[in-house]
Amino acid sequence: MILTALAAGTTTAVVAEEGGGEFHTPSPDIFWLPLIGDGQWAITEQMVWGGVSVIVLSIAMIALSKNAAIVPSKGQWLMEGFYNFARNGIARDMIGTKHFLKFVPLLFSLFSLILLNNWMGIIPPVMNPTMGKIGFPIALVLVVYVVYHWIGIKKHGVKGYFAHMVPDGLPGWIKPAIFFLELITYFITRPLTLALRLFGNMFAGHMLIVLFVSAGAYFLTQGVVFKLLSVPTFIMAAVMFVFEALVQFLQAYVFTLLSASYIAGALADDH
Amino acid sequence: MQFIATPSTVVSLAAAEGEKMPLIPHIPELIFGLVMIGILYWVVSTKVVPNLEKAYEERRAAIEGGMEQAEEAQAQAQAALQQYEAQLHEARTEANAIREEARAEGASIVTELREKAQAEANRITESAKRQIEAERQQAVVSLRSEVGALSTTLASRIVGESLEDDVRQKGMIDRFLADLEAGQIRPEKVGVAAAPATESTDAEQGVLDLGTEGNSGQDA
Repeated sequence: MILTALAAGTTTAVVAEEGGGEFHTPSPDIFWLPLIGDGQWAITEQMVWGGVSVIVLSIAMIALSKNAAIVPSKGQWLMEGFYNFARNGIARDMIGTKHFLKFVPLLFSLFSLILLNNWMGIIPPVMNPTMGKIGFPIALVLVVYVVYHWIGIKKHGVKGYFAHMVPDGLPGWIKPAIFFLELITYFITRPLTLALRLFGNMFAGHMLIVLFVSAGAYFLTQGVVFKLLSVPTFIMAAVMFVFEALVQFLQAYVFTLLSASYIAGALADDH
Repeated sequence: MQFIATPSTVVSLAAAEGEKMPLIPHIPELIFGLVMIGILYWVVSTKVVPNLEKAYEERRAAIEGGMEQAEEAQAQAQAALQQYEAQLHEARTEANAIREEARAEGASIVTELREKAQAEANRITESAKRQIEAERQQAVVSLRSEVGALSTTLASRIVGESLEDDVRQKGMIDRFLADLEAGQIRPEKVGVAAAPATESTDAEQGVLDLGTEGNSGQDA
């Protein structure tokens, strides 16, 4: 909807200027979609879709797991497959069988929320990945950040937590440097990369799709040669859709996997 | 919405760009992101995960319970088998013992019966012997008197004189018998044909022969 609207918008804009005018490449402004109000406190379209995704996920998950039985129904079987992917494939493998169950709800929530919101980037009528707005990844990373520091300090104590960042068996003179590097890793690099990786992938992917679709639409307004050129452009856009579907899944997976890995690292007895 | 947004960006590019840097978070979105994950986390941790984990736990318990039950049943079967084998062994030993006992008992019964039969046979033989002896004695006694009477009658008839005188009669008979016992009177002289075997017989046989002699004499 947005893409077609965007294409139409671009077209009208172009047409409004003059028939066969110049082509505007999509700018980051395509992510700025205020619905109610404008400016600093505007409620954006991404917020609405994000809220819808939470409602949809909650209802679907409750419905599919409500009558969970020893012998699963078809719905429960699907739900278990999805749940086991996060539970066993991510949480248990990264954290280990001893402590992982405590973190399964958080990791599963993160995985399902990110996955659905990412896929909304290619699912009509949304066609806009929520995580393409940096505010949402930062919110999720904030949760992960607080959790892994909190459990690390709870397990090792404040002093022990910082001490445990430096691996054992290092020569004394290198320890301060390593400690400094680890400190940066724990407190800056990890949250930054975690948020930026998700944001950047969704942002760039959406930009690419919009570029191809709007270019194809633009070509249609031009001469015969350009009209023919629009065909491979649209094909490229379709390829990008498939590619994006993969990237969006992968990013949800990577985000959850790294969160689990950070939690495991904070829980680990030694570095 | 996009319809509205895009032309506006096209028209006021500079203003929009200056205001909305992609890396600067839109604060309501950040807050709403926290709300989203908070709500979903609450739903997942209170309504979804417990149900699924409960089902997993039940499933695990069911599988393990089934295996435990199977193991238990197998152990029970094994125990029962051993018990049966033990019982069978016991029964066999018992049967052997009973058979052995029965054999011994049978043997003892046979021995006892044989002894009894032997004793009975001995007793019967003894009594028969005794009876024969008694009858023989009786026969001897009766023969003695009968032979006496007969010979007296015979003699009186032959001699033609009455030997009524008791003293003489007695004396004659005694003398006759004494002669007879002494072997002076041979059975040949009286009987028709006596076997020569009688010659070598003892005194008792002689007495018996006398009885026969007497009878044959009477017949004659």
